[in-house]
Amino acid sequence: MRKMLAAVSRVLSGASQKSASRVLVASRNFANDATFEIKKCDLHRLEEGPPVTTVLTREDGLKYYRMMQTVRRMELKADQLYKQKIIRGFCHLCDGQFLLPLTQEACCVGLEAGINPTDHLITAYRAHGFTFTRGLSVREILAELTGRKGGCAKGKGGSMHMYAKNFYGGNGIVGAQVPLGAGIALACKYNGKDEVCLTLYGDGAANQGQIFEAYNMAALWKLPCIFICENNRYGMGTSVERAAASTDYYKRGDFIPGLRVDGMDILCVREATRFAAAYCRSGKGPILMELQTYRYHGHSMSDPGVSYRTREEIQEVRSKSDPIMLLKDRMVNSNLASVEELKEIDVEVRKEIEDAAQFATADPEPPLEELGYHIYSSDPPFEVRGANQWIKFKSVS
Amino acid sequence: MAAVSGLVRRPLREVSGLLKRRFHWTARAALQVTVRDAINQGMDEELERDEKVFLLGEEVAQYDGAYKVSRGLWKKYGDKRIIDTPISEMGFAGIAVGAAMAGLRPICEFMTFNFSMQAIDQVINSAAKTYYMSGVAAQHSQCFAAWYGHCPGLKVVSPWNSEDAKGLIKSAIRDNNPVVVLENELMYGVPFEFPPEAQSKDFLIPIGKAKIERQGTHITVVSHSRPVGHCLEAAAVLSKEGVECEVINMRTIRPMDMETIEASVMKTNHLVTVEGGWPQFGVGAEICARIMEGPAFNFLDAPAVRVTGADVPMPYAKILEDNSIPQVKDIIFAIKKTLNI
Repeated sequence: MRKMLAAVSRVLSGASQKSASRVLVASRNFANDATFEIKKCDLHRLEEGPPVTTVLTREDGLKYYRMMQTVRRMELKADQLYKQKIIRGFCHLCDGQFLLPLTQEACCVGLEAGINPTDHLITAYRAHGFTFTRGLSVREILAELTGRKGGCAKGKGGSMHMYAKNFYGGNGIVGAQVPLGAGIALACKYNGKDEVCLTLYGDGAANQGQIFEAYNMAALWKLPCIFICENNRYGMGTSVERAAASTDYYKRGDFIPGLRVDGMDILCVREATRFAAAYCRSGKGPILMELQTYRYHGHSMSDPGVSYRTREEIQEVRSKSDPIMLLKDRMVNSNLASVEELKEIDVEVRKEIEDAAQFATADPEPPLEELGYHIYSSDPPFEVRGANQWIKFKSVS
Repeated sequence: MAAVSGLVRRPLREVSGLLKRRFHWTARAALQVTVRDAINQGMDEELERDEKVFLLGEEVAQYDGAYKVSRGLWKKYGDKRIIDTPISEMGFAGIAVGAAMAGLRPICEFMTFNFSMQAIDQVINSAAKTYYMSGVAAQHSQCFAAWYGHCPGLKVVSPWNSEDAKGLIKSAIRDNNPVVVLENELMYGVPFEFPPEAQSKDFLIPIGKAKIERQGTHITVVSHSRPVGHCLEAAAVLSKEGVECEVINMRTIRPMDMETIEASVMKTNHLVTVEGGWPQFGVGAEICARIMEGPAFNFLDAPAVRVTGADVPMPYAKILEDNSIPQVKDIIFAIKKTLNI
């Protein structure tokens, strides 16, 4: 009874624009939190792993749901804008285009839930979701994809080069971001502030030599680096079995302890991340997490995604393991939220994305005069040569 | 009186400075400093000045550096700031770039250029697009000025003597951009006169500014790195024959100081470029192209000429090696040809 009254008064004292339906919804007796069982992680060189149960508060649940829906809708909108040619790709032959996370939402939202904003994160090219979870707005992200001046990199970076505070992109060269991440972890240790760096790479990149060089140095110097392999079972069109002699990615750090995590369950990802971050912060050195996930769409916009796998496989995953559905079911079944309430979030998210897409479509392109800007940092302005000796651009830092 | 006391004071300060740095200098505080010691001094001063500066590379710490360039630094600064790496160029170059992205100021040393090639992806793709600070690349057999000089987003400097070495590495460390420092290992042991201003902890050589090492009126000779010395030798020989060469030490490859070169050519009306790198798509080629685009072209009385390394992979046998790099006689020959004498 008290809870109901509290809920009602909260609503009444809140923003006046809340609709009547919201009052109705809020007057229901929701639980504050619920405990869930999560899959046990496979362990490598670890005596104990993350807990197998976790508590999800209503507040967190709603937050995660909203974030995951936002990432998913944002990416679906990007897909749409791409098909309408409002977002352009570069060379359709290379990898560098349009790489959507769909179903990897649990990874970006779950990882963020397990760390602090003062921690650091770096990933490869499938970066839009992380750009959002690390703090940028959907507007800035979509406007960057459409190449407008309102984009987070002023339209000069595009899909693979988005950055935010403590988020280092967005990197096009497969595997190169892993030594970079170890370097950021070195800075964390050097500065002595108990910060960690999450360094992500895919199952395809996991076979890069420089990753093993980074493992070695991170372990030698006990860098607070969480190496995270997002295993979505395919590197472009090559399944893991055809690319790796060992597909136990969580073991491939060898001397580095590892855990294999259900990447489709956001709570699993969160708990594993908390565990890994605590491990690193205690000064024990690096740790490796493999997030098992799946990719609905093709590798990029030019890949229909069915020449190397079956539609049945895709359907099976979609119906049984969708991360957003998983969270929704849990919340509704435990009375943490109602179906209507979550639907309302869907509506709000859709509107936010729509507004952002409008902005991204209407915003002007960056001015031509700025072509030469930001080549160097902190330097006085200088001249940059254009296509011939008479065309000159100004460069300011 | 003031002048005399100044003369007395300076050597004493030098001696105490020397003792502090544990160099083996004579008690007379010789004003001769080798390139190696100048680089060491520059790094030492910057490590002391800014907590964020650190050095990583193979054998830089306990071994004192493969070429002893980092001698004494590990003893002074310890494990945190002077880091020995495994043989993993691509890995530790990436780590250096990542650390710089997170706000530190790493000096990343490659033992030889070969090894920098393994890491060239991190230098070009990770660094040139992000603001960071990098550094030391010792040349092995070839000159990499043209390779790195090709890329926007990088700065590339090429010291010749000790003064250059110290001033440029200090500027490179303080620059908020990636800077490739092309040291020539054959120069490490060569002593040069160290002017008083170079002995200061605040001695910096601006990146992007060339230096006229020798004034002249008959011909402009532009060079960088070790060949600068050969150009000065050639100039000394030619001076006896009444030909006065103006020798320019580029010091910076990118951004290139065309103003100094153009002003000189407009004065002398003749140009020879000298470099250790291969001829195709090289530093000399760039200078000639730019001369044609600017005011100096109309002042040329003869086509500009390039003296370069031979267009071959570096051979091993001494006689072959000697003839693969520009020698003093080659420079003299080119100058005389240009002047039609």
